[in-house]
Amino acid sequence: MTLFKRTALILVFLVTAACTSPDRFGEGAGDGSGLGANAAGSVSDPTSPLFFNQTIGDRILFTVNTSTITDEGKAILEGQAQWLLTNADYRAVIEGHADERGTREYNLALGQRRANAVREYLVSRGVPMERLQVTSFGKERPVAICSAESCYAQNRRAVTVLSFSAMTS
Amino acid sequence: MMKRLLTLLVALILTGPVLAQGTPLRITITDGVIEPITFAVPSFEAESPAAQQAAADISRLVVQDLAGTGLFREVPATAFISQIRSFAQPVSFADWRAINAQALIVGAVTVNGDQLTVKFRLYDVFSGQELGQGLQFAGTTAGWRRMGHKVADAVYGRITGEGGFFDSRVVFVSESGPKDNRQKRLAIMDFDGANVQFLTDSSSIVLAPRFSPNGDRVLYTSFSSGFPRINLLNVANVGRQQLQTAPGEMAFSPRFSPDGRQVIYSLSNGGNTDIYRTDLATGQHMRLTSAPSIETAPSLSPDGTQIVFESDRSGGQQLYIMSSNGGEARRISFGAGRYGTPVWSPRGDMVAFTKQNAGRFHIGVMRIDGSEERLLTSSFLDEGPTWSPNGRVILFSRETQGASGTSAMYSVDISGRNLKAVPIRGGASDPSWGPLQP
Repeated sequence: MTLFKRTALILVFLVTAACTSPDRFGEGAGDGSGLGANAAGSVSDPTSPLFFNQTIGDRILFTVNTSTITDEGKAILEGQAQWLLTNADYRAVIEGHADERGTREYNLALGQRRANAVREYLVSRGVPMERLQVTSFGKERPVAICSAESCYAQNRRAVTVLSFSAMTS
Repeated sequence: MMKRLLTLLVALILTGPVLAQGTPLRITITDGVIEPITFAVPSFEAESPAAQQAAADISRLVVQDLAGTGLFREVPATAFISQIRSFAQPVSFADWRAINAQALIVGAVTVNGDQLTVKFRLYDVFSGQELGQGLQFAGTTAGWRRMGHKVADAVYGRITGEGGFFDSRVVFVSESGPKDNRQKRLAIMDFDGANVQFLTDSSSIVLAPRFSPNGDRVLYTSFSSGFPRINLLNVANVGRQQLQTAPGEMAFSPRFSPDGRQVIYSLSNGGNTDIYRTDLATGQHMRLTSAPSIETAPSLSPDGTQIVFESDRSGGQQLYIMSSNGGEARRISFGAGRYGTPVWSPRGDMVAFTKQNAGRFHIGVMRIDGSEERLLTSSFLDEGPTWSPNGRVILFSRETQGASGTSAMYSVDISGRNLKAVPIRGGASDPSWGPLQP
C-alpha cells in the first residue's frame, strides 16, 4: 500500500509539473497550481496530504489586523507540527492572507506577519526551519467573497501548503 | 456679464488691445468652485480630402479633453453664428462674443501618406486677440489622438498658466474573473482610457506598477515565483527582469527615485517589513528603516531628499516622513482612522493618501507637514492615489462591495470636484500616471 501511495504521489507530481510553481498539495493560492480537494491520498490515511489538509486542518484564522495565534489556532498547529515531524519528506510554504478591508501593500506585509507567526510556532515545536517558507498574498486571494465579517473571518488566514519536492523561490 | 465671470475664485483678466501685455484669457485653478471658461472649437479644417476624418476626430478630442477637466465648457456647434472655413481666414470676433464663447480654437489638419500635421490658434474672443502663437504638431495618422491631446495641453497651459496632462499614459492592472480567482495583467493606456495595451499575461498575479519618471520603464510586483518579487519592465520592448533586491523573503511596493536611478521598496523577512533602497547601476542596497513594525509604501519627494511612507509603529497605519537615507521619522497624519499609500505630489508640497475610517475608505490630500487634510472621495473601498503630471488630478482604484464586486479606475480633481470613472472595458486597479510625453 505504501508503494502504491508513493506512486500516486509521483503521478500527482507529474501532473502538476506542467505548472510553473512547485508541486503542492492543498488549495494554496499560487496562481491555480493547487490541487484543491483532490489532494493526494485518502483522508483516512494519516500520512496523506489530504489528511493534513482536512483532518488536521491546513489553516488557522486571525482576528482583524492581528497576527496573534488563537488557542484554536494553536491546537491546529500542534497537529500540523506532529504531522510534519512524522512525514519528513514534506516541506511547506505558509501563505498569509488578509481580508479586503485594507490597503494592498499593508495587507501583503500583514499576511507575511501571519505566515511568519505560524512558522515560528511550528519551529518552536521542532519542525526544521529549512522545511518551511513563508509568503503572503495580502488580499489578492480570498476564499470567501462576500463583503461581510463572515467572509472576512475566513480570509484572514495562514494556510500551510505542503509540497513534496525542493522548493524554488 | 463681465462681473459674473469675475468671481472671487476666477481670475479672468480681459485686457483691451492697448494693454496687450498681460494674459488676456486666464483661469486660475483654486480649490473652490470654478466658473468654467466657455470655448468653441469649429471642426478643424481638412487641408486635403484625406484629412477629413482626422480633422473631425481631433477637433472632438480637443473638446473632450478640455470639457473633461470641468474647467472649460463647450459652446456647441449648433449655437455657432459664423463658420470657420479656413485656418487663414480672419476671425469675426463679434459672432463668437454673441454666443458667449470666451475662447475660440481654430485648427487645420494635413495628411500626407501616414504623416499627420495639426496646427491651431487660440483666440481670446472678448479681447479679439490671439493667445500665444499658432502651434504645429507633426506625427503619424495612427497617433492622431496624441496630436489632439497636444493641442488640448497647449490650450490648457495657455489659459491656466500650468502644464497640461492630456498627452500622457497610465500603467495599471487590468482585472478579470471573480474575486476569488481574479486574473491580473499589466496594461498601459492613454490618460483617457484609449489605446489599452497589455504588457504581461495573466499567468501570475501582478500588482501596483509604477512608472519611471520619464515613462520608459515600469516597476511592479509579480507572484510568478509564488513569492512577491519586484520586476522591472522596459515599456518600449516589453522586456522584463527581476530586480536584484537586498536578500529577503518578499519584495514589493517599489517606486523609482526622481532621477530614475534608484528604487525604494519594501522587503519582508521573518514577519517584519522594512524600507530599502537599491541603486540600479551599482546594485548596492541600503536599509532605511529597522523598526519591528510594518514600514511600507515609500514615495520620494520630487527633490529626492525625503521619503514619505506608512508605518504601524504607533499601532495603526500612519504616515511618516524621513530623510531619503533613513533615520528619524516624523509622523504627519494625526486624524481619526488609518492612513496608507502616501504619494508625494509632483510640486512637492502635498501628499495624497488612502484613509480608512469608520468602515469607509477615502482618497485624501494633506500638506507635507500634515496640515490642511482634505478628503476627496468616500466609498466602500478607494485606494492607491497617483498624481497627474501637473498635480491637479488624482487617479485611484475603487472596488465595489459584495461577491460580484469589481474594481475600476476613477479620477478626481484635488479640489474634490469632477469625480469620474475612466471608461475602459473590464476591471482595473493600481493606476500609475506617467509623465507628459515629449
